[in-house]
Parts: sequence; structure tokens; C-alpha cells
Amino acid sequence: MKSLLKILRDFPAYLWSGWGAIASIFLFIAAWDIGNQVYGDMILPSPIETFHTLATLFKDPDFTQSLMITLRRAMVGFGISLVVGTALGLFAGFFVTASIVSRPIVTILMGMPPIAWIVLAMIWFGMGDATVEFTVIVASLPIVFVGALQGTRTLEDKFEEMADIFKVPLMMKFFDIYLPHIFSYVFPAWVAALGMAWKIVVMAELLATSDGLGADLAMARSQLDTASALAIVVAMVGLLMVAEYIFLEPIKREVEKWRD
Amino acid sequence: MARLKVENLSFSFGYDTILDNINFEINEGEVVSIVGPSGGGKTTLLRLCSGLLDRQDGKIENSFETQAIAFQDPRLLPWKNVIDNIAFGLKAMGVPSKEREARAKEIALKFDLEESDFEKFPKELSGGMSQRVSFARALVTKPKLLFLDEPFSALDIGLKRELQDHVMELIDNHEITIFFITHDIMEAIRLSDKILLLAPDPGRIVKIFEFDVPQSKRDDEYVYTQTAKLLSDREIIETFELEFK
Repeated sequence: MKSLLKILRDFPAYLWSGWGAIASIFLFIAAWDIGNQVYGDMILPSPIETFHTLATLFKDPDFTQSLMITLRRAMVGFGISLVVGTALGLFAGFFVTASIVSRPIVTILMGMPPIAWIVLAMIWFGMGDATVEFTVIVASLPIVFVGALQGTRTLEDKFEEMADIFKVPLMMKFFDIYLPHIFSYVFPAWVAALGMAWKIVVMAELLATSDGLGADLAMARSQLDTASALAIVVAMVGLLMVAEYIFLEPIKREVEKWRD
Repeated sequence: MARLKVENLSFSFGYDTILDNINFEINEGEVVSIVGPSGGGKTTLLRLCSGLLDRQDGKIENSFETQAIAFQDPRLLPWKNVIDNIAFGLKAMGVPSKEREARAKEIALKFDLEESDFEKFPKELSGGMSQRVSFARALVTKPKLLFLDEPFSALDIGLKRELQDHVMELIDNHEITIFFITHDIMEAIRLSDKILLLAPDPGRIVKIFEFDVPQSKRDDEYVYTQTAKLLSDREIIETFELEFK
């Protein structure tokens, strides 16, 4: 609660520090416009045209519906990864054998290209929600798992010893010693997994479903509607940036302030 | 009267005997030092006495109500600021948050920490400041028995003296009992009522030195003469492998 208030209090200062980021985004948009002038509207529509298309898209109920479908799939997949991945990671971290056994398996899971999973999922689950959600889970769960595993594996005995001398009760030990340390590993893993989930969901939709942003993107491609395709990409990137920089980054700063 | 009594204590890691038949007693109000070369089992002995290690052979009787420890490294929780670190032991005892904050601030000022340091995290503190915080954390709980595991060894002489003075004040008021590990003989002479000499391989107590002059009356001259005397002691020379040429 105290840290929540602190996050809110520091928020204006944090936003103010974002001018540099905004300047660099504008620089990127300028480069994009140069690209448009060189290659023409067909290959690379201008930023202004793209943003116009985006504005009309947001007025279109079909598009907002697609957006909601995609969001739902991403959140279901990410939510399951978050809960299951964290729980399994913590569990594995507390047992040496479990962490040794899980390591190579995680390496295999992480090394497997998501596209291969999509193909398998299409065979197993057919075309639809399950395929997309499965792919999202399979891609983002290992990231969360590794974060939680590392968090628990790196807990240091020296703090526990110090706590034992003071006869610290178990609950306090958990909240004051284990949790802050583990959280500082798990939280960045959640953020990374969210980014992964968001990318994978669109890719899976493009190949395996007839609705959602990915399907819209496939449609725009088949109609050679570059402006719409770009507008959808901008919407996706924009949403991720809002989630990351408006919500997650301030929390991350607060919980990791004590780190070197 | 509370006491820590160790009888026929032996300890081994696998086939290595670390401690062999240790016997001593610390009575309430006493300061007892263990000196000996590094790797001689001093820390193991302290860990056994404080309950961090499980006893294998022998008896340890510890009737002190509360205990605290200051380690060689400060072991501050990196995610807590100075005040919360100091108040950590109080929190474990269930002291309400207002009161523990007040007590932590009071002792922090006594240990020469500035008010501007209170909100700082350990990463922003110098080594000396961290050690002050660690000491404050141990002493704020008003422990009956204090374990010191070479807490002065990484400090400069000024700071070492300052922290020793804080400890000395408690000793003079008979508020505390101390079990002190060090490899610095001069430090041990300044603070202790009794010095146990622990010889290594396997760890055993070979000699006990006692000092009658109260700590507050021990001036530099006393400490130097006693140090010189101890350094010429047969057992000390053999234990520390000092060879004068």
C-alpha cells in the first residue's frame, strides 16, 4: 500500500523524464517519413496516412472487436503462464533436484521456435482460441519459470542466519526476506513474458484463426492494403508501449530501487 | 543468573574434527573473547553457541532470554532502508511500528548516522556506515547476550574505537554479556574479562587468560603492556606460529 502511493507520487516526475523517449520516437517517425518519400505509398505509407487509417479503424466496431479478441487471448495465455510458471518456478527453486532436472527441459522449450509450436498446435487443437492460447503459454511460460527459479535459487543463507538469530517468525521471514528478493527476479520476467505473449498472439492468429488482429493483418496482406497493415502494427506496438511504460515501468522502478 | 555453559563440546564436518572437547562458561555481565588463528573453528563455535548450527556431541546450556549478533559483514537487507534495517529485530519481537521507528532513530543518531541517511538503502552506504547500522540493529533490541563475530576487523582504527566505545559503555553499565570472536589480541584485551585461546586442528581451548581491571580503567598503556605480555606467552606463540628471530 505504501509503495503503491509512492508509485503514484513519483508518477509525474517519471512522465516528465519521458521527453527524451518521445523525442527519439519522433526521430523514428521522421526516418519513416523519409522512407515513404523514397519508396512511395504502396511500399511504405507515410506516417500521417497510417495514423489517419488507425483513427478510422478505431471507429470501426469490427476492428475494436478484433482487438478485444486478441487482448483476451493474450491475457488468458499470459495469465496462465504467470500463475503456473511462477508456482512451478518457485517449487523447482526450493529443491535442488527439481531445478537440475528442469533446466534442460526449459532450454528445449525456449529453444523451440514458436512457429513450430503453432504448426503442432494447429494439428492438435485445430483452428481457434485453443491453438493461439497454447502457443502463447508455451512461449511465455518458460520465461516466467526461469525468473522464479533464479529468484529462489539465489536466496542467500546469510540473511536467513541473521533472521534466525533474531528469532524472526516464519511469516515475517517470508515477507521481509524471501519475497522482496524473489520478486525482483520474477517481476522483470513477467514483463518480458507479457511482451512475448503479445508478439506470439498476433503471429498465431495470423496463421491459425479467422478473427483477431492477426487475422486482420492477414486480410490486409491479401488485399495489399499496406496502410491498414501498418496501422494495425502501430496499434499493437502502441498498446504494448502503453502497458509497459505507463503501468509496468513505474512499478518496476519502485520495487527495484534498492538494487545496484 | 543467566549463563552460557559449554560442556565437552565436539563438532566435526565429515571426518574433519573442527572442535574437540570444548569447555567454558560465560556468566551474565561477562565479556568472553575467543582468540585464535583463522580457520581454527572460532566461527563454528559461535554458530553452535548461538543455535545456528546443530550440536553433535556435548552440552550447551544457554539461559539468556534474548540474543543478537553482529557479523563481520554487515548483512543488511538490501531492500530495506537504514531505519527499517535497524528496526528489523524489533519487528521480529512484535514491537509496534511507531515505537520501533522511534527507537531505531534514536540509536541511529547515537551511532553517528545522519538524519539524511535514514531513508538510504544499503547500496548507498559506505562500509563503515553499514557496520554502524549492523551494530545498531543488534543493540537496539537490548539483547542480554551479544555475539560478535569479528565485527571490527574490516574497519579503520577510528571507527573501530568508536564502536568499541559503544560496547564498552554497555559493559560498564552491566547491561550486556558478550561472546566475542576476534583474531586481534589487542582488541580482546581492551574488551574482555576472559580470553580463551583456541588452537586449531582440531579446535581446542589451550589456555584461559583473565583480566581483573574493569574495562573503563584500561588505558592504552595497560592494553599495550598486557598485549606485550600475551605475545610473549608460550602458548600464544605456538598457537599463532609466531617465531621471533
